Amino acid sequence: MNIKISNSEQETISLGTEFASQINLGEVIGFSGNLGSGKTHFIKGICEYFKVVDSVNSPTFLIVNEYSAVKDNFFFEVYHFDLYRIKNHNEIVNLGLDNYFKNNAVVLIEWIENADNLIIPDKLIKFSYGVNENERLIEFL
Amino acid sequence: MKILAIETSCDETSVSVLQDKKILSNIISSQLFHSEWGGVVPEIASREHIKNISIVCEEAIKTSGISKDEIELVCATSTPGLIGALLVGYSFAKSFALAKNIPFVPVNHIQAHLYSVFIENDFRFPFLGLIVSGGHTLLIQVDDFFKHKILGTTLDDAAGEAFDKGAKILGLGYPGGPIIDKLAKRGNKNFHSFPISKTESEFDFSFSGVKTSLLNYWNKQNKNSEQESVIKDVAASYQETISEMLFRKTIKAAEKFDIKTIGISGGVSANSRLREKFNSLSKSGYNILFPSLQYTIDNAAMIGFTGYLKFMNSENKNYFSTESFKEKPLARIEIKNF
Repeated sequence: MNIKISNSEQETISLGTEFASQINLGEVIGFSGNLGSGKTHFIKGICEYFKVVDSVNSPTFLIVNEYSAVKDNFFFEVYHFDLYRIKNHNEIVNLGLDNYFKNNAVVLIEWIENADNLIIPDKLIKFSYGVNENERLIEFL
Repeated sequence: MKILAIETSCDETSVSVLQDKKILSNIISSQLFHSEWGGVVPEIASREHIKNISIVCEEAIKTSGISKDEIELVCATSTPGLIGALLVGYSFAKSFALAKNIPFVPVNHIQAHLYSVFIENDFRFPFLGLIVSGGHTLLIQVDDFFKHKILGTTLDDAAGEAFDKGAKILGLGYPGGPIIDKLAKRGNKNFHSFPISKTESEFDFSFSGVKTSLLNYWNKQNKNSEQESVIKDVAASYQETISEMLFRKTIKAAEKFDIKTIGISGGVSANSRLREKFNSLSKSGYNILFPSLQYTIDNAAMIGFTGYLKFMNSENKNYFSTESFKEKPLARIEIKNF
């Protein structure tokens, strides 16, 4: 287990960019942690690494944002999910996630804990508040 | 011209019937099924739309007083939204148009919010559109029909989301916007000053900072008795900060581009403090336009209204009998082609 500490939004973004080099195409990455713990900023960092030009913002209401990404001249899609509003199993099943889990895409899922173990991510990152006001603990599982 | 319009971009299934710009019916699933299902938050799932669409459509046609054989134009939301959800309404609308051999107009959901301010007001150009909802925060300059330029958007949370998550942090429940609005009426908006976020680009918005600031502040007020006594003041201060950020940037753009008409739409445009702030500008020679509440939330009436405008302002109407059927729905907003 590996824990990193961030002391600002900018640092969280940088940690995301750093982490992104370990992501393989076709992977599903889960993000858990409370409101304001840094998930969306971390994902902004990942998207920076993949040269996403679309604006990367919170998909809480829309459930998923789609971005065009590129790495090593290979173009692919990044699907940025947010399960914050998900209330039950039925909603997870009916989201039609099968349309998004593909070999040539990267799937990032915020609030993975709301999926009730129906989605098993390839990598899981846990966010929590630190002792100081702007401190965040980012745990790579 | 009699129009059938369909909206299924997010949670709501909505169908509307119009006669030109006049709305004859506007049925929204969560309201239609209110009594039946106890007014719960709609299910989040594309497949829910499949269950709803025929029922909502039938109800919209029945309420409008016209027969479905009289429909001459079909409109549907094409972008942005949850792709599986969009596809349901889009395919339904296209099939309807194809079967009746009438034109089909794909409509951008954001543009529909933008023009919704004219459903009950006369057209005025140029104007600035501020679209504020759970999923979107956009500032758009409109020089004429379908001549748009996106000036700014949110870099993180949407305005409606900021209200919703703020309410969650304060333990106020759902839907957060209306609850905060109501509570804030009895509170002191100057009780606490939350930070106004700065953005690199002058017309972009950012709300995650104020959300985190609320979280930190609230966690410090850890005694329940203390929280109880100040919650309405905190809600009022939080609401003040969000509405001030929206107001300030919009005014800055209005001054910079010398635009005297401002239209505010989307679910958050129902917020009473935001309305109060913008309405105060009427004294300084601005025309401030809001849609009435039924057109602020996601609804098909604005889709039909905008589809009709798009059709009427198009030089090549034939496009909508042929090429438009080949257009595909798109999940994201294409800022370049907006």
